[in-house]
Amino acid sequence: MKISHHLDDATLIARAAGALSEGMTLLVDSHLHWCKTCQTKAWEAECIGGEVLADIQPQAMSEGSLDALLGMLDACEDVFAERAVKVKGSAEVPEPLAQIVGSDLDAIEWKRLGPGVQHFDFNLPEQGACRLLKIQPGVSMPHHTHQGNELTMILRGSYSDDVGRFCQGDVADLDEEIKHQPIVDTGSECICLIATEAPLKFTGIMGRLAQPFIGL
Amino acid sequence: MTDNRSEETDVTAAVAIAEQKKKKDRDAWSDLLASLSETRSKVDFSRLYEHFAPRVKAYIIRFGMPVAAAEELTQESMLAVWRKAHLYTRSKASASTWIFTLARNQCIDRLRREKAVEYELPEEEIDPDQRHYGEHAVLEERMSGAISKLPEAQAQVLYLSYYEGKSHSEISEQLGIPLGSVKSRLRLAFSKLKAHWGEEE
Repeated sequence: MKISHHLDDATLIARAAGALSEGMTLLVDSHLHWCKTCQTKAWEAECIGGEVLADIQPQAMSEGSLDALLGMLDACEDVFAERAVKVKGSAEVPEPLAQIVGSDLDAIEWKRLGPGVQHFDFNLPEQGACRLLKIQPGVSMPHHTHQGNELTMILRGSYSDDVGRFCQGDVADLDEEIKHQPIVDTGSECICLIATEAPLKFTGIMGRLAQPFIGL
Repeated sequence: MTDNRSEETDVTAAVAIAEQKKKKDRDAWSDLLASLSETRSKVDFSRLYEHFAPRVKAYIIRFGMPVAAAEELTQESMLAVWRKAHLYTRSKASASTWIFTLARNQCIDRLRREKAVEYELPEEEIDPDQRHYGEHAVLEERMSGAISKLPEAQAQVLYLSYYEGKSHSEISEQLGIPLGSVKSRLRLAFSKLKAHWGEEE
């Protein structure tokens, strides 16, 4: 997989700082699973965090906390519940995402969102939005507004906008200041994961979905 | 800025001495953590605990957890330090980087468990051979010096991120500056600090 659009450094700092919403963390971790370049940067961002935090003003632990913990060391294997069984990722679904939607994009229960657009909403109990979108050829992403950052990661197919062409594994790491309207630019559908900091608001009814592009 | 050479030299010398001491401490903690998987020494672990637990607790509180939960999460984090010590590689990260990353993951795990959504973060240790770790101790020493030299505007967004776990939007709101400015300040800080890896390559 050749990845040409990467995560913003500012996003990797937010990840290292634990400052991303759950949906955005899921998307970022999914990209990291596929992208060595960003893995290295993510690690650098963690090292910067380690340096910054080394100077933090300590807060005393309550009395006896060390002894309490020492008593647990030998038995600590029992304390940690084993993690949920891992779902393996696939060529189209990176492992972190596979834990939520499974590893087969065609097995997902898609819901119609508008002409040529289906979605699967993770309904995460938090402010931002996180969902999968499945968009037919020649159709553009639904018009929407949002505040804050918006991350999109391509899982299947491709789309193009003013910034460039986005293929499998690429992320568009944008904020509210960038206006763009990507269009699926091949004869095949495009499936992408999208995560935002604030709730998505779809505007102007679904009728605003761009018409199939003439000539595509 | 006034051009006062001798004063500047004094300050530089003082900073250098402070940095030297910091580096020595940092190396000592990293060595101790690195040997823990071999020795399984509870005495060594206690020393690490006395130093790091209060810092981890402070971090988790700043992260927005109530004090009682912070104390509990600190215990879990320190238990994870004991249990996962064999995954720590001295050349990859300082003890501080490793322990705070572990604590961050504990916080995220906790929040996620409360929401009952499960998936695993990619382990921090994937494919170590594929990364350019270099001589890490040297790099972190340089970086630590570099952080203290960042312009205030950049240091501020860096601290609000790492110390308080604030999102770009929250920082933008708090400082009353556009979201784009928050991000560009973070990017600038990152590239300045990153240059310290660049020197090695």
